[in-house]
Amino acid sequence: MNDAALTQFTQEFRSAERVKPVIEEIRRTVTRPWTIMEICGGQTHSIMQYGLDQLLPPEIELVHGPGCPVCVTPLELIDKALAIASRPDVIFCSYGDMLRVPGSRQDLFSIRAQGGQVKVVYSPLDAVRLAKENPDKQVVFFAIGFETTAPPNALSVLQAKAMGLTNYSILVSHVRVPPAMHAILGSPHNRVQGFLAAGHVCTVMGYEEYPPIASQYRVPIVVTGFEPLDLVQGILMCVRQLEAGTYDVENAYPRLVTREGNPAARQIIERAFITCDRNWRGIGMIPDSGWKLRPELSDFDAEIKFQVGDIQTRESEVCIAGQIMQGFKKPVDCPAFGTACSPQNPLGAPMVSSEGACSAYFRFARQS
Amino acid sequence: MCLGVPGKIIDIYVKDGLRIGKIDFGGVTREACLEALPEARIGEYTMIHAGFALNVLSEEEAMETLSTLHELEEFEQEASLEEDGAAG
Ligand code: SF4
Repeated sequence: MNDAALTQFTQEFRSAERVKPVIEEIRRTVTRPWTIMEICGGQTHSIMQYGLDQLLPPEIELVHGPGCPVCVTPLELIDKALAIASRPDVIFCSYGDMLRVPGSRQDLFSIRAQGGQVKVVYSPLDAVRLAKENPDKQVVFFAIGFETTAPPNALSVLQAKAMGLTNYSILVSHVRVPPAMHAILGSPHNRVQGFLAAGHVCTVMGYEEYPPIASQYRVPIVVTGFEPLDLVQGILMCVRQLEAGTYDVENAYPRLVTREGNPAARQIIERAFITCDRNWRGIGMIPDSGWKLRPELSDFDAEIKFQVGDIQTRESEVCIAGQIMQGFKKPVDCPAFGTACSPQNPLGAPMVSSEGACSAYFRFARQS
Repeated sequence: MCLGVPGKIIDIYVKDGLRIGKIDFGGVTREACLEALPEARIGEYTMIHAGFALNVLSEEEAMETLSTLHELEEFEQEASLEEDGAAG
């Protein structure tokens, strides 16, 4: 493939001309209402940005899943991050989205304004480099994310170990998609009838974990990409299954996802992490839904290194983020949306994360 | 964070013991870690997340997807012709 071909691909997968016939086919296929959840917040933003929700026939309701790593990072861990980042001997590194996320009392941005060394990094390997260059400082990386960021985050620890660095550690809040799907589908309030699985999570993990979920809850699951054409194709495949009463796992993103995913990437994860129970902000504890560092790598675990002790957390009383991320409600159902809660003055993480549903509704002006 | 950016591998080398690639994102070049792509070659396209390459983009599959959807477009055109015919 040459550069022109790549540009052409990207354009084609974004082209409104190409999206239209697929929407028409969805219109022809659908006979009754269906609720479909896109897992990933990146997909939510694409849907809103390109107005796909408004182009779809009214029978199709899209609800927005918990696939926003910033949104689901538990409040307690954010408060711990704030405590660690306030220490004068620490350089605290994070993905940019995390800076404005409200903790119980403040955010990383205000810690930086008060003189804390908070740095935004593009990759955790940049944080490892900082640790090498600053031997008199402790460098801590806020390792949040789903399966997609697990390989780089895991590798940063393996690399720091190989380089003999003793001043690098990570504050881990890793979560995994399949246990969250179980939690959503198993809830007595569940509304989700079909899933668009997150394409880039499947780039790493493949989709062998999904057939048992599809058959247990009788929901079709379609691995879906992020461009408008990818999304409408995923929706079409899902609607066809819903109308036919089938519940298979299908792949609408084969240009990047294979059934077995990327075994080399998974091996990197396994060398550094083991699975654990995790608390999801707004949702609660989901068994076996996360990763933590292996015991033999505990020297690199910031929670152990900096005993920040008991922290009294205080969550906003109005924020309904948890209900939104489980598909029960929409951002506009929140009484604070666009009034008490805005990107300048966020009450919850989904209003500031680039993958948060509230931020998508605010940016692309969805009032209903 | 999960969105990823596609780019072209224009060089591959080892740095600090890691397999690293120089990636061209439409004119802007950056380094990315290729540890999870032991078989990737110069000239291939990949998706980068947090400085880390996750998979090689399959041109064949991309074409296949586009051509399946193209059939829909043709179907659509035929259907609208028929509708016009019926109306007329
Ligand atoms: S609008 Fe703000 S307060 Fe309401 S759910 Fe979203 S983040 Fe929470």
